[in-house]
Amino acid sequence: MADIRTEEMLMNVGPQHPSTHGVLRVVVKLDGETIIDADPVIGYLHRGTEKLAEDLQYNQIIPYTDRMDYLAAMLNNYALVHAVEEAMDLEIPERAEYLRVIVMELNRIASHLLFIGTYLLDLGAMSPFLYVFQDRERIVQMFNEICGARLTYNYMRIGGVKWDAPPGWIDKVKAFVPHVRKTMGMLDDLVTGNEIFLNRVKGIGAYDADTAIAHSLSGINLRCTGLKWDLRRNRPYSIYDRFDFDIPVGENGDCYDRYILHLKEMEQSLRIVEQACDQIPDGPVMGKAPKFVRPPAGEYFSAIEGARGELGVYFVSDGKDKPYRLKFRRPSFLNLQLLPSLLKGQNMANLIAILGAVDIVLGEVDC
Amino acid sequence: MIAFFSWVHQALTWGTVLKMVAGALIVLFFLLGAVTYMLYFERKVIGWMQLRIGPNRVGPLGLFQSFADILKLLAKEDIVPAEADKPLFLIAPIVAFIPSFAVMAVIPWTASHVFTADIAVALLYYLALSSITIVGIMLGGWASNNKYSLIGGMRSAAQMISYEIPLGMSLLGVILLAGSLNIVDIVEAQRRFMWFVVPQFLGFCVFIVAATAELNRTPFDLPEAESELVAGYHTEYSGFRFAFYMLAEYLYVFAISCLGATLFFGGWSGPLLPGWLWFAIKVTAFIFFFFWLRATMPRIRVDQLMSFSWKFLLPLALVNIVLTSIIKYWVNAG
Repeated sequence: MADIRTEEMLMNVGPQHPSTHGVLRVVVKLDGETIIDADPVIGYLHRGTEKLAEDLQYNQIIPYTDRMDYLAAMLNNYALVHAVEEAMDLEIPERAEYLRVIVMELNRIASHLLFIGTYLLDLGAMSPFLYVFQDRERIVQMFNEICGARLTYNYMRIGGVKWDAPPGWIDKVKAFVPHVRKTMGMLDDLVTGNEIFLNRVKGIGAYDADTAIAHSLSGINLRCTGLKWDLRRNRPYSIYDRFDFDIPVGENGDCYDRYILHLKEMEQSLRIVEQACDQIPDGPVMGKAPKFVRPPAGEYFSAIEGARGELGVYFVSDGKDKPYRLKFRRPSFLNLQLLPSLLKGQNMANLIAILGAVDIVLGEVDC
Repeated sequence: MIAFFSWVHQALTWGTVLKMVAGALIVLFFLLGAVTYMLYFERKVIGWMQLRIGPNRVGPLGLFQSFADILKLLAKEDIVPAEADKPLFLIAPIVAFIPSFAVMAVIPWTASHVFTADIAVALLYYLALSSITIVGIMLGGWASNNKYSLIGGMRSAAQMISYEIPLGMSLLGVILLAGSLNIVDIVEAQRRFMWFVVPQFLGFCVFIVAATAELNRTPFDLPEAESELVAGYHTEYSGFRFAFYMLAEYLYVFAISCLGATLFFGGWSGPLLPGWLWFAIKVTAFIFFFFWLRATMPRIRVDQLMSFSWKFLLPLALVNIVLTSIIKYWVNAG
């Protein structure tokens, strides 16, 4: 019998592919439909934010952070202003802190909703995508009311927030909370128990806590392995120590855990929003921050729990009103590191399930 | 009357040829209209299920949307990729599309085959012709010289062949009960006895699952899994060649719905209302079911798809056949 030789196929998934969530490109080597090698190519959305920041005053950098993780821009805003505030030891008014927490958690919910929608869309379920957009739209509308933008908020300032909540806004947020719970219940009914869905995500793309730490994963990608690590709890910043909430963790570190953790985290964010809306005091929303922000010379690092993981800001100040060097620790970028080894040996259809569950935002990966 | 409309037993004269052509044209235009409004129906139904409105711009309530889409496709450039296998690329959509019309020749709309053919082996004819479409899809995937198309085409072929077997098997139970391959006889048998969905419930379940897979519809829409394969086998097709593939796909949805309504739900039989209306209602219910699935289900994975067919659906269909045979033998003997 003659030798039958099969050839590997090199396939280019992206940068213009329906489910790479932006402009990620993955070069996969296929044997039949089995992936033997995968090589993510990034950089299509690189805008040089960090370099640009070196020529900008600290408050001027804030709109640039909006463009990083554009699904959770409030959290990006906060990461930067928080780092500078810490460096300068600024006093932030109570009301501003509460407003920040409310918008950050709402933004986390919006981001997680979008993850669930797009992830299920990747897996072929079309309707949940439109259901979650309805709720996300309401969040975006509320952001529009408080800061005049739907996606790139530019809401926070060093020393507080730019705008106070318009009258009735807090009540609106409160009324919105049960609505999200209803949607989450519906998603649970429609998707979570679906046999086809479970077959596609259970046990797929699993890794353990050691691997996750070795690849410096953070956020849900880390917690899905069972490790309880959430900066809101482990290194409390802002006023998160005042709220009562849980850190849900997974067990198997597979795609299903990552999916279900998004749902569970939304519930916890809702709890925080509820408590913050009840506790929010009256008062000013902008503290006494100097017009020209000049952090004392030195190196600073601070990190917050972003929607996708540990969102860190490192900057070097030489005492001027512009940073000497600014570096963002972008969770999407670091979470992407594990992808090639996760994909090896997988079916082509699992590529989408695994890539989707990593939950990357290309604006943040490329920065 | 019946003799007048019975095509197959007449001598081939100019008169009969004319009648045949006229009949074929009527069926053709009817089907085109039906598919056009099926598209509209699908978009509206799924739109409502997804909190959207669906097409509402072209004509009153968007009723002319599908015509606008078809016109747009007609007006588009017919692109052939430079490295494609040109003859195959051009012929593939036609190979996929012709059988989809041809299978409709044996579906009886009413008690008498007015425009369609009343042949003794109607079910075999249906199954045989519908499998030709697979060749068209495979050719299209191969000839495009695109990796996504190739994988899509191969997946399609694997899927449709694997699901054709349980589909055929599930029909065997009906054939056993009716004792005929002729669709009119099967409907008549149901009128005397009962709708076959009751005694053949297992067969019906296999039928509906295999049919969904055969139609490449959600949750079995892997060949055109857009999140993995862009558009599957028709990635490189544009304009009216693309429309041919779409047309074939939707015609099969219609044809399978007709088949399901005839074989399991008594076809045109029903009280009060005229036969054609009963038939239309049953077919629409089937079509709605397929659309409903699309709005609800995620997509199954390709390896799970295969094992589901061979390890679960096929044994189930075999069990159904054996059970049906035993019961029929037992009833006839007793």
